[in-house]
Amino acid sequence: MRTTLLFIPGNHPAMLQNADVFGADGIILDLEDAVAATEKDAARALVGEYLKSWKLDTPELLVRVNGLPSGWFEADLEAIACDRLSAIVYPKAGVEELYEVDRILSEVETRHHLNHPIGIIPIIESAQGVVETDDISYLPRLKGMLLGGEDLSADMEISRTREGAELAYPRARLSFACKAAGIDAIDTPFADVNDAEGLLADARTARSLGFTGKAVIHPNQITTIQQAFCPDPKEIFWARRVIAAAADAAKKHQGAFSLDGKMIDKPVIKRAEGILLRAGITDRATADEPK
Amino acid sequence: MKIGSAGTLTSNDALVTVREGVGISVSIESIVDAFFHDQIDWAVKGELARLNVRNIHVTVQDKGALDFTIRARVRTAIERMEG
Repeated sequence: MRTTLLFIPGNHPAMLQNADVFGADGIILDLEDAVAATEKDAARALVGEYLKSWKLDTPELLVRVNGLPSGWFEADLEAIACDRLSAIVYPKAGVEELYEVDRILSEVETRHHLNHPIGIIPIIESAQGVVETDDISYLPRLKGMLLGGEDLSADMEISRTREGAELAYPRARLSFACKAAGIDAIDTPFADVNDAEGLLADARTARSLGFTGKAVIHPNQITTIQQAFCPDPKEIFWARRVIAAAADAAKKHQGAFSLDGKMIDKPVIKRAEGILLRAGITDRATADEPK
Repeated sequence: MKIGSAGTLTSNDALVTVREGVGISVSIESIVDAFFHDQIDWAVKGELARLNVRNIHVTVQDKGALDFTIRARVRTAIERMEG
């Protein structure tokens, strides 16, 4: 589950060595925008050593690499390729480029004798990327897609707002493409790290559109995003009741049935299962009604 | 004489400076020298061995860096020295 993916600057040892304590599901070690051009070499060496020294199973470790046009992509990959690396986060993604990225990754995996393939999470942050999301979503190695609202707004020559209405179309496009392809839809970071109320509203909007998680640019955003994405007690109570009623109905060989006067059929049961899954609940016994 | 450096003097980092030398010598200044001098020395020499570097002088100004940082800073400093 990738509900929270926390960006950590790749050339910052203090932040790297504490990256696992904040409770994010994944950490994106950033070699791109967070690192000055003159420090790219130092950052990739540091991130490479960090990955190789990593001893834990969680959180998931990802690296935002520099894109192919930068000329730094292949050096980044050489430095970070190891079995601890779950996926690269690829900036300003487009279909053609991602085929080339896949080819290069295959070569690197062979050369480094890796035991598992390196995944890709492309960042959709250009108008071209948005219109290509359907094609991108079915490319090999994809674990999800991440919406990059700041660069996308710059590309579109529009302003970002607190409410994020300008992102309604790309958000919808990306979440549908990800759902159809069975991969994670990860929402753009919320830029104001001191606006918890705005963050909560923004994350709830993303969740309501079908996003499965959100990128994080400051550790103080993690709890708020988890709160927005985790089902609330009423939803969990409802889901448990649906699952319990479905089990009873199955014993009676009923397809659809009624609960509180509303028809319950397969799609509703599937939604209830999804709520329990997101809440991390494996014990499906009916709980007490929340106060 | 060729010189290379990498890292910073901020907390949990180390500023590593390398220059050509005869044999291997390592100078360490660390805020945790009393406890971790040997470990820093070991990390530096391990990275030099991995890179097959045999003639170099390394200065480490350590601000509490972990091994992975020391290794990375040594490697980058050498790569920068070699241009």
